[in-house]
Amino acid sequence: MAQPIANGQIMAAKTLTINGKHLSAEESATVLEAASEAGIEIPTLCRLEGLSEVGACRLCLVELTGSSKLLPACVTKVAEGMEVKTDTERLRRYRLMILELLFAERNHVCSVCVVNGLCDLQSLAQQLGITHVRFPYLYPKVSVDASHDRFVLDQNRCILCTRCVRVCDEIEGAHTWDVMGRGTNSRVITDLNEPWGSSETCTSCGKCVHVCPTGALFEKGRSVAEMQKRREFLPYLKLMREQRK
Amino acid sequence: MNKPRLATAWLDGCSGCHMSILDLDERLIELARFADIVYSPLVDAKEYPEDVDIVLVEGAVSSDEDLKKIHTIRRRTKTLVSLGDCAVTSNVPGMRNRFPIDSVTHRAYFENAQFNQQVPRQVIPPLLPTSRPVHEFVKVDLFVPGCPPSADTIHFVLTELLSGKAPDLTNKTRFGA
Ligand code: SF4
Ligand code: SF4
Ligand code: SF4
Ligand code: FES
Repeated sequence: MAQPIANGQIMAAKTLTINGKHLSAEESATVLEAASEAGIEIPTLCRLEGLSEVGACRLCLVELTGSSKLLPACVTKVAEGMEVKTDTERLRRYRLMILELLFAERNHVCSVCVVNGLCDLQSLAQQLGITHVRFPYLYPKVSVDASHDRFVLDQNRCILCTRCVRVCDEIEGAHTWDVMGRGTNSRVITDLNEPWGSSETCTSCGKCVHVCPTGALFEKGRSVAEMQKRREFLPYLKLMREQRK
Repeated sequence: MNKPRLATAWLDGCSGCHMSILDLDERLIELARFADIVYSPLVDAKEYPEDVDIVLVEGAVSSDEDLKKIHTIRRRTKTLVSLGDCAVTSNVPGMRNRFPIDSVTHRAYFENAQFNQQVPRQVIPPLLPTSRPVHEFVKVDLFVPGCPPSADTIHFVLTELLSGKAPDLTNKTRFGA
């Protein structure tokens, strides 16, 4: 079999099975990439093509034969002889729980949300057949920061995926965003928890707004169901960078 | 053969879900051939009757009265359906939940009132501290999210239930639909 070649170097291939299907993948590939190559879909939320992987949402958890631990497919590298399962009863149960907890932890009111009908969280919940949330809603009192000229941060809809943190740091190079606090008290912040509008690092490029999977970041003046996110720029920028190296 | 007994109830919601029921239009007449509508804001009965087969409940549980109603409804009904986002998630009525109840009533009856500023003690039932989804109080048999669920979704739910099937709502509706 021909060896895959990248950057002029010969890459070793690994063979593994996913849901019983035999396949081979480059050794640098993640389980998620190998699966998607083989047409096996694993739900993801924090991951976005073009940004680094952080394994924040745990939606992509998979089972490995011989291990009782569940592993996030987006940050797990393929290995020789690996047997992966992506669609067991246990995984389905956990995925539902993860999504339901995201809904319960903040205030998601889809009917009046800027991304109603355009939201990754909402559509994933629908795909996985969630019709209600079994956990008691926390209804936290969280803030909305509308101090920026063009954008708004609404903590009510934030799922702490850190896409904004990563795009601002890795692509824009501004590093305006960070995460502060622990557990349910975690919040994304701008600069040193200062109003976004007075941020000295933000270039107002809008990248964070468009990678945000939910209605937590949006452009001012958008009303219910009007905030279409545009993410095409990311794979393109990533490609251009790789060619520069 | 006795026809199944159908009811609809209205807790803390905007009546949009009931408007969606009305949007069934001529299908309502069809429905009346297969079921008796024994209680609803859209019909005359004042008292929630015994032995209801199916009820569609609109709205969150927000007041003393809602709480009493939902327990009565549960006791007297076989199949309880949470209809719409307010019943399923508490939705818009739940947006007050972050604020203490005193500041909510103050906002409504003092800050936003020009005349006769006082918290009403009659007719309007006292609010619960938070407005919550129906299933946090009683067992719910079927959840139909949507704000409001479309007439087609409601029609599908009712025809499936009336023919003894469990409706599969995948791809039919969602939160905020
Ligand atoms: S962010 Fe998504 S899930 Fe949350 S309220 Fe908005 S549309 Fe609904
Ligand atoms: S708009 Fe500001 S905060 Fe957002 S990615 Fe650009 S520089 Fe960073
Ligand atoms: S603001 Fe948006 S992109 Fe940033 S962590 Fe929250 S949900 Fe993710
Ligand atoms: S997509 Fe893998 S953890 Fe979020």
